[in-house]
Amino acid sequence: MKTGSTVWQRFVAILSKEFIHMRRDRTTFAMMVGIPIIQLIIFGYAINSNPKYLPTAVVSADNGPLIRTLTTGMKNSPYFEFLPGRPTEAQAKRMLELGDVQFVLHVPEHFSRDLIRGDRPHLLLEADASDPTAMSNAFAAMNTLVTTVWQRDLQGGANMGDYVPSPVDLRIQAKYNPEALSQYNVVPGLLGVVLTMTLVMITGMAITREREHGTMEALLATPAKPIEVMIGKIVPYILVGYMQVSLILIMARLLFGVPFLGSVVLLLVSAFFFIIANLTMGILFSTLARTQLQAVQMTFFFFLPSLLLSGFMFPFRGMPQWAQYIGSCFPMTHFLRIVRGIMLKGNGIIETADHLWPILLFTLVVVALGSKLYRTTLD
Amino acid sequence: MNKELVIDVRGITKRFGDKTVVNGVDISVQRGEIYGFLGPNGSGKTTFIRVLCGLLKADGGGGTCLGYDVLTQSDEIKLHVGYMTQKFSLYQDLSIEENLDFMARVYSMPGRRQVVDAALERLGLANRKEQLAGQLSGGWKQRLALAAALLHKPQLLLLDEPTAGVDPKARRDFWLEIHKLAQEGLTVLVSTHYMDEAEQCDRLAYLAYGNLMVNGTVAEVVANSGLHTYCVTGGDMQKLVSLLDGKYPGLQVVPFGIKLHVFSRDTALLERVAAEYAKDDWQWEKSEPALEDVFIELMNRAKDNYA
Repeated sequence: MKTGSTVWQRFVAILSKEFIHMRRDRTTFAMMVGIPIIQLIIFGYAINSNPKYLPTAVVSADNGPLIRTLTTGMKNSPYFEFLPGRPTEAQAKRMLELGDVQFVLHVPEHFSRDLIRGDRPHLLLEADASDPTAMSNAFAAMNTLVTTVWQRDLQGGANMGDYVPSPVDLRIQAKYNPEALSQYNVVPGLLGVVLTMTLVMITGMAITREREHGTMEALLATPAKPIEVMIGKIVPYILVGYMQVSLILIMARLLFGVPFLGSVVLLLVSAFFFIIANLTMGILFSTLARTQLQAVQMTFFFFLPSLLLSGFMFPFRGMPQWAQYIGSCFPMTHFLRIVRGIMLKGNGIIETADHLWPILLFTLVVVALGSKLYRTTLD
Repeated sequence: MNKELVIDVRGITKRFGDKTVVNGVDISVQRGEIYGFLGPNGSGKTTFIRVLCGLLKADGGGGTCLGYDVLTQSDEIKLHVGYMTQKFSLYQDLSIEENLDFMARVYSMPGRRQVVDAALERLGLANRKEQLAGQLSGGWKQRLALAAALLHKPQLLLLDEPTAGVDPKARRDFWLEIHKLAQEGLTVLVSTHYMDEAEQCDRLAYLAYGNLMVNGTVAEVVANSGLHTYCVTGGDMQKLVSLLDGKYPGLQVVPFGIKLHVFSRDTALLERVAAEYAKDDWQWEKSEPALEDVFIELMNRAKDNYA
């Protein structure tokens, strides 16, 4: 009886002490509350593994009413969203490379005439298949659509059932990843994931460690300038970042046979900007965190949305507009497009530059914030 | 030459938010002097030291340290100052040699290898140089930290509670080293809580709530305190403490081992109490106030004035 109550008292003592720790440690508390909220919102509202309204361009040599029937049908499917204007063949090709459109629909000359004659004209749907998950439902919808959409227009084919061949010869060309292998998409993406996670966390920890151990004070008392301390601490991690990049690229080649169509140098140069963006983020966290644990916790707040909203785990186009806006803030979103573009599409400098500037902008904003918060002295 | 001031600052003030941590402190320290910095925890000693070596910018006041302006020339000051922080601030996961080598590099020491080897030799750690600094005992850590702070041959050594948590033997050795360095012309500013260390300083300053309460030699500080002390022996000390403590405003009672120091600035009050309690085997004897008496009295006075 007596021992029972002392055991209980000791248990309550530890329990209540633990609750006090929990309340005092704001970052841990924020993590306990914030992470479930972020996950709930992202998984509940933003993520959609069946993306619809995918941007599509039409290159058409035929503007007859039958084409309009087709595009209206596609629009209502509702996987396709048509961009205004009539791009030329070259323009459409470029849009696909840049990732501005997911599909290009090619309608050949005399399409309407051939269709009415029952000559089964070609219809080509080119798709950017670097992210294969985004595509499969749209393909299926398209296949069904071409057998049914002209039913009313083509009185001749009244008895069109499943066994009847469709009135057009639909060809779907999955570009950049013809076999729709998810490794082709995931492995280059991992480059962004690994760099984001390790670099933000490692720099955040490396700097807070000095503060936590009290060595920062001694370091600042030496003639070493804060900027020198900072650069000296960062450069090793740039090398670590490149080591990771090389490791992933070599493994992508050897283990998964991921193609590398573009320039390795261009990828390495782009990676530099991405590495810097992550390092500055790590430094920003280190100016806010008092302990290494806090630095790690803050990293999670950055890493989790990066991972979920960048298009790495779920198709970017499947997310609602607001989630796409948030996702566009993260350097990882743009880096993923750069890496997939260079490796799978063979993109060059011009296409890459389009996604580099948001990373640069991010870096500048973070540096500006960080220099406001960074204390050159100890106060 | 002997009068050359290494530290000469006036009205140094430092605020954190609306809290004034150091309030108009004037200090002057001559070359080769060991200057003691005393005061209760949180009295602003560490902050003052950080202002001196340029880690913090003073909000008010100014002056020179090693002839350089403390407000604008902290880069020059840092080159000639050795600072040993309160906490062991070398890298625990670096070896003894790597730590010293790092410091030598940061200060761009010419002949780095020889400088480090000489320091290891002097420390007597040459054969343990590959040991990680984190594995050293408290006393050795402190010696290593001192060696690191002296590596670049500074002219001024700032020591922030260097002997906290160090055993008596190591503490004594440490102070012998400090005296030797001072003899060679190094100026030392050291903060401490230990009275025996304070008594070894050439001059002292006492800080409380950021205010400089007194400064001077040990003898001056004691003489200027205006304190009168009785030393009581024999009898039941616990009982006497409970009878006197807090009963007479202006009277302080402090146990010193088996003795009791009773002191006050009010001679009449002290004489009256001494006469009244000269009973029950208690022997009252007039004595010189100890430095500790002076500091306890100062601390209480500061509490009344500033807290």
